[in-house]
Amino acid sequence: MTEISMREGYAKALVELAEQNQKIVALDVDTAASTLSKFFAERHPDRFFNVGIAEPCMLDVAVGLALGGYIPFVNGFAALISLRALEQVRTNVCYAQTNVKIAASYAGLSDFKDGATHYAFTDLANMRALPNLTVIIPADATEAAAWVPIIAEHKGPVYLRISRAPALPVYQPGTRLKIGRGLVLREGSDVTLVATGAMTGRCLQAADQLDGQGVKARVLELHTLKPIDTDIILKAAEETGALVTAEEHSIIGGLGSAVAETLSEACPTPLARVGIPDHFCPTGRDLDKLMDACGLSINDIVKAANRSMRQKSRR
Amino acid sequence: MTDMTSEQVEQLTGVATQLRCDSLRLIHRRGAGHPGGALSAAEIMAVLYFDTLRIDPTKPDWEARDRFLLSKGHASAVLYSALARRGFFPLTELDNWGEVECRHQGHPDRLKTPGVDMTSGILGHGVAIGCGLALAARLKKQDYRTYVLIGDGESQGGIVWEGAMTAAKFKLDNLIVILDYNDVQLDGFVHDIMPLEPVADKWTAFGWQVIHCDGHDIRSIQQALAVAQSTKGKPILLIAKTIKGKGVSFMENNSYWHGNVPNDHQLSQALAELGQEVTDD
Repeated sequence: MTEISMREGYAKALVELAEQNQKIVALDVDTAASTLSKFFAERHPDRFFNVGIAEPCMLDVAVGLALGGYIPFVNGFAALISLRALEQVRTNVCYAQTNVKIAASYAGLSDFKDGATHYAFTDLANMRALPNLTVIIPADATEAAAWVPIIAEHKGPVYLRISRAPALPVYQPGTRLKIGRGLVLREGSDVTLVATGAMTGRCLQAADQLDGQGVKARVLELHTLKPIDTDIILKAAEETGALVTAEEHSIIGGLGSAVAETLSEACPTPLARVGIPDHFCPTGRDLDKLMDACGLSINDIVKAANRSMRQKSRR
Repeated sequence: MTDMTSEQVEQLTGVATQLRCDSLRLIHRRGAGHPGGALSAAEIMAVLYFDTLRIDPTKPDWEARDRFLLSKGHASAVLYSALARRGFFPLTELDNWGEVECRHQGHPDRLKTPGVDMTSGILGHGVAIGCGLALAARLKKQDYRTYVLIGDGESQGGIVWEGAMTAAKFKLDNLIVILDYNDVQLDGFVHDIMPLEPVADKWTAFGWQVIHCDGHDIRSIQQALAVAQSTKGKPILLIAKTIKGKGVSFMENNSYWHGNVPNDHQLSQALAELGQEVTDD
């Protein structure tokens, strides 16, 4: 792939933002060479703090920096931040409403060589349940970069989910990103594919395949999982009558759950969820093949779309 | 740094007694709270809030103020008493402590209570958060100091030591941590549940300047803080030897009073021992 990785897109954007905004500081947990916060460390050493392999400490130190008026971006692995430091995120970031930006890297299955210990596949479930937290999942490297100044400007805690890898290119430079506002990437009237993160590009390809079957699939990108864009979901439910969600996350607690909650309360509509089934995934040699093996293939999306449309036709 | 006059010592001793009585009344009225650790910290809080801290009750968000983090947030009663007596809000506001609409939560909440610099209550976080505040002061070239009051029980948790390493790495001499070393926690004595000793050696080995003081002696605390303020190049830990439940005979050194509430009779007896007239509130 020629695309740069999502982490690289994010990390370079943060360096650039820090040139203009002296309030930006960054922290890491001995993963600067992995998250690529090393670019920040090299350029702004006085504003970079490496606290060693201690995610809870990184979050608390960031909380203190935020209390002191800075805009800290914490960098680490999503699996470890969302589990080891969840107490800090809940209490000292969300409850205390400190202006901490959590750049959770190596998300989903993207640390495919390390395996289940490092997969972040429950992080969205953990984070989505927390009051006051904004949860953003970029679809590709360019979009990850575009979010950096937006979330820095946003007052309040943000969880930014970053993949280690490149993703299929989706984001059109110049597209206006707004927290809480989903994007219609493709119009369609038969079924809606609701995507987030690296699954967005896969959904666009699934839509091409469905088109070959004569099925017009709408594709929505819900880059913001929280606050969720209820309007765009309900409009799609009314206009297409069948939905699919697709996420690089457990089918429990993430995008699929959020969309199901929205639909079942306001507009019960057939829904099929594409995500990691309720088990631990193995190590892989290649991310794309691993995702395919873990229920996230383009074919899985196509099959889910057909399932959802069959349910619609039975209604 | 000049020593306190005996009048100042006497005045702050009176403040400490006042904070004890306030804390017990507040806990009694609410029917909830943690008296033991509030009483052990009374002199420390009196010296901090009425002598050491650079604060202005009319400007709780003053950027140049010293910061205070009550890491042992269960002792909220003594913090609320100190803030009220210092003028951040009227003491009478605490009549409603615990009510849903009240600005005072069970544990300190920075968003609701004027003068509370950070939300706390879930233990262990003060040192690491203090590191961030101290780093911010350095980056901004401001001379405020960050003071953190930690408990001995919470020192059993790993996050305290993660913060300790961080402060030493960054040589945060604008961070002063005070250990309220009363040796009692919920289930019994700290030295039985999970011993901390040799606690001074541990902090020294972690790269901190360690200073000892008598946590119930105003002059000892004040002198230790003065030494702390003049320390350069490393973070400072004051080990304040204290007695849990100090000042009330039946509460002293008794883990039952970590989190139990005195009844009417016990409150009267406690206030009498502290030399206060018993009132009907």
